[in-house]
Amino acid sequence: MTQHLKMTAHNVNVFYGKKQAINDVSIDIDQDLVTAFIGPSGCGKSTFLRTLNRMNDTVASAKVTGDIRLDGEDIYAAEMDVVQLRARVGMVFQKPNPFPKSIFENVAYGPRIHGLASSKGQLSGIVEQSLKRAGLWEEVKDRLQDSGTALSGGQQQRLCIARAIAVDPEVILMDEPCSALDPIATAKIEELIHELKGRYAIVIVTHNMQQAARVSQRTAFFHLGTLIEYGATSDIFTNPREERTRDYITGRYG
Amino acid sequence: MSSTPPDMGSPEKTPTDWRGDAMQRRIRRRYRSERRFKLIGLAAVMMSAGFLVFLLATMLSNGIGGFSRTEIKLPIDFPKAGLTLDASRLAGPGADMALAGAGIQGATDGAAIAAFGKDGDQLISDGAWLTVRSAVKADPALLRGRATIAVPASDAIDIAAKGEGSNEDKAQVAKLKAAGVLTTGFNLSFLQGADSTDPTMVGIWGALKGSIFTMIVTLVLAFPVGVFAALYLEEYAPRNRWTDLIEVSINNLAAVPSIIFGLLGLAVFLNTFHLPRSAAIVGGLTLALMTMPVIVIAGRNAIKGVPPSIRDAALGIGASPVQVVFHHVLPLALPGILTGTIIGMARALGETAPLLMIGMRAFIASPPERLSDPATVLPVQIFLWSDQVNRGFVEKTSAAIIVLLVFLLAMNGVAIYLRNKFETRW
Amino acid sequence: MSEHTVKAFDDDIGQLRGLIAEMGGLAEQAIRAAIEALQRHDLEAAARIVAEDKKIDALEMQVEQLAVRIIALRAPMAVDLREVVAALKIAGVVERIGDYAKNIAKRVPLIDSHGEIEPLSVLPAMATLAAALVHDVLDAFAARDADAAVSVCERDKAVDDFYNSLFRVLVTHMMENPKTIGQVAHLLFIAKNLERVGDHATNVAEMVYYAATGTHMAERDRATIETI
Repeated sequence: MTQHLKMTAHNVNVFYGKKQAINDVSIDIDQDLVTAFIGPSGCGKSTFLRTLNRMNDTVASAKVTGDIRLDGEDIYAAEMDVVQLRARVGMVFQKPNPFPKSIFENVAYGPRIHGLASSKGQLSGIVEQSLKRAGLWEEVKDRLQDSGTALSGGQQQRLCIARAIAVDPEVILMDEPCSALDPIATAKIEELIHELKGRYAIVIVTHNMQQAARVSQRTAFFHLGTLIEYGATSDIFTNPREERTRDYITGRYG
Repeated sequence: MSSTPPDMGSPEKTPTDWRGDAMQRRIRRRYRSERRFKLIGLAAVMMSAGFLVFLLATMLSNGIGGFSRTEIKLPIDFPKAGLTLDASRLAGPGADMALAGAGIQGATDGAAIAAFGKDGDQLISDGAWLTVRSAVKADPALLRGRATIAVPASDAIDIAAKGEGSNEDKAQVAKLKAAGVLTTGFNLSFLQGADSTDPTMVGIWGALKGSIFTMIVTLVLAFPVGVFAALYLEEYAPRNRWTDLIEVSINNLAAVPSIIFGLLGLAVFLNTFHLPRSAAIVGGLTLALMTMPVIVIAGRNAIKGVPPSIRDAALGIGASPVQVVFHHVLPLALPGILTGTIIGMARALGETAPLLMIGMRAFIASPPERLSDPATVLPVQIFLWSDQVNRGFVEKTSAAIIVLLVFLLAMNGVAIYLRNKFETRW
Repeated sequence: MSEHTVKAFDDDIGQLRGLIAEMGGLAEQAIRAAIEALQRHDLEAAARIVAEDKKIDALEMQVEQLAVRIIALRAPMAVDLREVVAALKIAGVVERIGDYAKNIAKRVPLIDSHGEIEPLSVLPAMATLAAALVHDVLDAFAARDADAAVSVCERDKAVDDFYNSLFRVLVTHMMENPKTIGQVAHLLFIAKNLERVGDHATNVAEMVYYAATGTHMAERDRATIETI
């Protein structure tokens, strides 16, 4: 299978002060697939996800070493503009966090600050397209001026996804996007991930193994800051190579 | 083969007896303490409310008289009065000059004596002639004939008409009332005039304007500085010993007695920078120093209260730190910042001690025109009037307090309106 | 392997394995008893064996129900999932082994040789081999032992060889003693059944291997059946 690697990571270590959170992790993110990070609490999967768009920069004591590249460019190099990086590598968080503005404003904010639209009409077009791609357009097209926080949890999360899509990213990082949602909303988001696959490289962190099995094509198992096993999802869940992986996915962990 | 469940305790454990006497007693005791707590809270609220009501009632009853003024209808025969006045000059720019030398004061006194007897000029206020002058300036046609002008009564008559004062004065009042020349009406000059030694002529507008100027200076200086300082300390400053020191200093600064700020203003603004004494700008600067720490503290708390999820969301889209602060953090923190500003400004409005130190206690006869003109503020004015011997100043002091309270309410009302307007978005 | 965090999951898996073990025991016993009944021409024993096959059928249904329940309620993954699927398939195969034993028992009344047919004495040895295969492969399942499964596959060759030689002998006997053709034909079928039991044991061995390792057994050489 030919691989188009979107992001590569080699020998990444992350320290919070003296404590080491990520231990020599090397992994490749494929452009056309959904990659899932699984592992028990505190294993570092969210921490590692955040290194991919330099969100750890906001934590004063965090230190990241190693080589992480987006399309071959080192994202921690001095020449890399963090603001632009975060537009290219978007993020959706665990708890839906729409801005306390209107639905339209939520989606339009990103394109506006990055200057992606030169006219109001163009901006409206971007907003409509993003909401359509996120599967939310039909539900909100008549009430774009309503507050984003008035939507249900599942709709808010899709709004956050639309917001991330609006700046035309290349990679979308999702940090446990469905953990606050009910099963129906979760299923809608999973279907959305399936539709977005191929257009964006998607990396999803989840503590729900069944979800990882359903949505991803490649799965990485983290344990205590180390990458234990990384391979095709069907292999990981039917015949994992490592004993720790097997113990975790069969429920023999702990 | 199933595993045995863990031992949960002896199988003969008796269930809790909720209906037994001991339990019932405990429950009743708990209800009693709940009721007690509620009653204590209610009593505290009633007590505070009671004090407030008492204050307002006292002020209103004392001050309501200050808003009314007794006037006497004074007939003046202008041609006979012997004014050295050229009526035609009143139309042009030299009107004030012409009026100054016209001898209106004497004419007024004369008219009073003619109307009410030899002590007639005691009945009218010392400043009555000013009313006549304004009337003549407004309508020069009066000079051709007779006119009856309502002039303010003297201080003694005014008090007597409101029910206080000596018996002779009260008799005079009765006589004048019977003659139909005494009226008591709304005291507009109180709201329009400046300070005066005569309580019937005194007005609050000078102090009010001074307060407005001072408040504007305070707000313009303290608000931006306070908000930006709060933003910097919360968003950008690294967490080290220096910033801890700054935080402690600002907290202490907010608790410093206000008179010390007065000394500071005296030393720095007046003695070192030689700014004009008693000017609104100096008062504003001093009060700004005092108000800024309050705004910084309230601002920091408001900014701390903005959930980090909003910041993460904005950063995740690729907003720069400045954009995160101004597009997201500041709008959400604004209600809290405005609350802090209200508190700070209300305190500044009522400050007397520091302003006394920088000299805003002089007798200011006309309202300030510019920020560098000598001015006084409402609390200082109240203080000065309360010191006066003259009886009439008592009600004027209370009236001034009422004006101060109304101003305060208005200022708070605007700020609360603004805060609610920003709060609905969230 | 350590226990599941949710102990009830272990209980379910244990129950499943217990059912398989029980089925296997009953099937193995049925084979031995059938051949013994054949040798002693014990009609009552044969009838009992036929009746008791129902137990094996009932157990197979239980295994099916339990396996479906485990998949629905426990969402087994990896080794657990492979084991449940293997148990499901093994139950079906063991049920068929039981049917072969029943089939042998049914033929007992029809073979009335009074010791005349010599090859009859060979059958017990073949049956013992086949029963041992069944026994060992189910032990391998219980122990999750892939190597034991492989050895079972290899040993099936002996059963196949047995069948081939027995076939030649029986055909020769039929040709020489035409009066016994009817009964010897039944013996042929019985031998075939035993050979099929051996083959089924190898099928089970393949399932055990996959459950234990997650990969499929290498293609093994099947002993050529020289005669149809």
